[in-house]
Amino acid sequence: MQKSLHINAEKCTGCLQCEMACSFENYGAFVPAKSRIKVFDFHETGRKVPYTCTQCDEAWCLHACPVEAITVDKATGAKVVNETTCVGCKVCTISCPFGTVNYVQETGKVQKCDLCGGDPACATACPTGAITYIDANWTGLDKMKSWADKLGNQPSAA
Amino acid sequence: MSWAGKILRVDLTAGTVKSEPLNMEWARSYLGSRGLASKYLVEEIDPKVDPLSPANKLIWATGPLTGTMASTGGRYTVVTKGPLTGAIACSNSGGYWGAELKMAGWDMVIFEGRSAKPVYLLINDDQAELHDASHLWGQSVWKTEAALKKAHQDPQLRISSIGLAGENQVLYAAIVNDLHRAAGRSGVGAVAGSKNLKAIAVRGTKGVGNVKDPKAFMQVTFEKKKILAENGVTGQGLPTYGTQVLMNVINEIGALPTRNHRDIQFEGAKDISAEAMVTPRATDGKKHLVTNQACFGCTIACGRISKMDQGHFTVQNKPEYWGASGGLEYEAAWALGAANGVNDLEALQYANLLCNEQGMDPISFGATIGAVMELYEMGVLTKEQLGIEAPFGSAQALAAFAEMTARGEGFGKEIGLGSKRLCAKYGHPELSMSVKGQEFPAYDSRGIQGMGLAYATSNRGACHLRGYTVASEVLGIPVKTDPLTAEGKPELVVAFQNATAAFDAAGICIFTSFAWGLADVAPQVAAACGEEFTLENCEKIGERIWNMERDFNNRAGFSSKDDTLPPRLLNEPARTGPAKGLVNKLPEMLPKYYAARGWDGDGQLTPATRERLGL
Repeated sequence: MQKSLHINAEKCTGCLQCEMACSFENYGAFVPAKSRIKVFDFHETGRKVPYTCTQCDEAWCLHACPVEAITVDKATGAKVVNETTCVGCKVCTISCPFGTVNYVQETGKVQKCDLCGGDPACATACPTGAITYIDANWTGLDKMKSWADKLGNQPSAA
Repeated sequence: MSWAGKILRVDLTAGTVKSEPLNMEWARSYLGSRGLASKYLVEEIDPKVDPLSPANKLIWATGPLTGTMASTGGRYTVVTKGPLTGAIACSNSGGYWGAELKMAGWDMVIFEGRSAKPVYLLINDDQAELHDASHLWGQSVWKTEAALKKAHQDPQLRISSIGLAGENQVLYAAIVNDLHRAAGRSGVGAVAGSKNLKAIAVRGTKGVGNVKDPKAFMQVTFEKKKILAENGVTGQGLPTYGTQVLMNVINEIGALPTRNHRDIQFEGAKDISAEAMVTPRATDGKKHLVTNQACFGCTIACGRISKMDQGHFTVQNKPEYWGASGGLEYEAAWALGAANGVNDLEALQYANLLCNEQGMDPISFGATIGAVMELYEMGVLTKEQLGIEAPFGSAQALAAFAEMTARGEGFGKEIGLGSKRLCAKYGHPELSMSVKGQEFPAYDSRGIQGMGLAYATSNRGACHLRGYTVASEVLGIPVKTDPLTAEGKPELVVAFQNATAAFDAAGICIFTSFAWGLADVAPQVAAACGEEFTLENCEKIGERIWNMERDFNNRAGFSSKDDTLPPRLLNEPARTGPAKGLVNKLPEMLPKYYAARGWDGDGQLTPATRERLGL
């Protein structure tokens, strides 16, 4: 069973534990500047929204790469950058509609979320459940349940 | 390790910026942040220096856990000799700025001298340079943050700056970062203003990659985060209600200072409480509270983000105050509200927003207004002098004073001096509810006896963040003590003061101490910095920091006579509540406290104490 990173922005407090965990996993350092997941703080509304790669099935980045440095991890479904193959041409950063592939000037390669090989550090670190790693076929389950609760599980329901 | 190992020294007079290695011997003895920056300050300035002169120094400092995955590891402090008190000042802030400085590769920044014209410091990792800030002078904190991000085309810059209050040297001006987090107390913002220093903008991409034992660190910080999550206060109360959870609690136990401490219970407490913030308003049907917010690395997330009623008289036609913004926290809600008898939640938030926008401590500001209102009711101050009628309970006066004070207009200039100077000027020094010139926070020491001793002996003047015995006396953390008795309080205050100094020095938030003891902090420091940081060592570091601060104050001219409370708290018994009939029993507690500290009868460190602590 494949899993998906699932983000519930309503639960995010903006603590950046996810960004630190991501950078620690990949660089051995606490450095949100190199995190593959970013939390955006929309201060006018008070909303904090984590955002990262959704692992598109037909991934623009994968198709755009001229040296086939981006491949599919069959177990997780993640689109993974092979650093030894990547030439740092950045075409994938242009082709990605969501901005979730980015260049790293220190390495001369691109980086993106690879689901940590199936155990995403951001989800483990998130203290509020804003980021979870759940059944890829059922990312809507919680939302369905809350509507089911509203419609059928309240005292007023028939 | 976990220290960056480097500090920036900025000579504002000469306009130079230099890197120097961190004094690692001091780092091991004073840990970081409050402890380490204070060590630098006491070694480098004359204790008798005028706080607003170029000879004073101003230090922004992180701790070894700042910028790590230790929960709440995002704190920084601003250390200087404070203009409000003349004592050592150390103001602590959260948000994201402190971690950013550390990630840029710096433990602290020391500012010396005075710039001839307004400047800001821009730090991009190893590169740091001073820039002209003439165009920013006269701008609020909010506009300064936006302008710097735009000018450098970097939305990820983090900014710590002063607003009009700091520029105008309001003696309790704050330094504000990330729009609404503040190094709030003791007037550190006025020192920045006196130096013509507007802001520090920083972007750090190097990170913290040198914790001593990464595997052990990840393990121990994970375990300690679990303790915070499972604790009723840090896991439920604070994230849900924020510090405002205390308003009704402290009112009920009869320790909510009201109308300049005339009363200790406020009939309007419920109107300005956490519960009021989540109740839909009668006017527009919306709740005041929008969401909670965490600071960097914090798994508690007590911060309040609120939206005002756009129809309220304070913000009509002022859309800049209509968005979601910081507040109200308990201390601000109390100081702007109960201390003045004002129960208009929206007016309190408006004054609070002005404090954030223009960089002003809402505690000292609000408490000073309490004194102004009492002087007005006595007929000492008049409508002609103040520009407005100012009886207790006037939301209009509160809002007007907030505007006048931040902008340095009219009577606001005098309010900006703080209650001690203002009350002395008008012939009633006894009405200043302060210690060493700094106003009390939100706990009346007639109803919580230990806090009287904590206030009287606090090294930065009256303060709840130097020894929060409320935890024990009211909440039963770590053990319940009777708030109405003096017994055992000297030892309790010493223990809280020492532990707090160690928490602060580590670079974490003191709110963790609702669930963590120093025994939970020490292993995190040890995994980050080295095995020598045992519980025993951390306790000693805390005690060493406290005594170092005290010694500086003694050399600055303070003595045992300054370890006191206003006569109102020592002579006027509480009129209602569980503490009815009680005054604070400071005279009974103070000598025992000195003895427990290892100080002589004048509050001076004895040679044996110096020897024991290596001072």
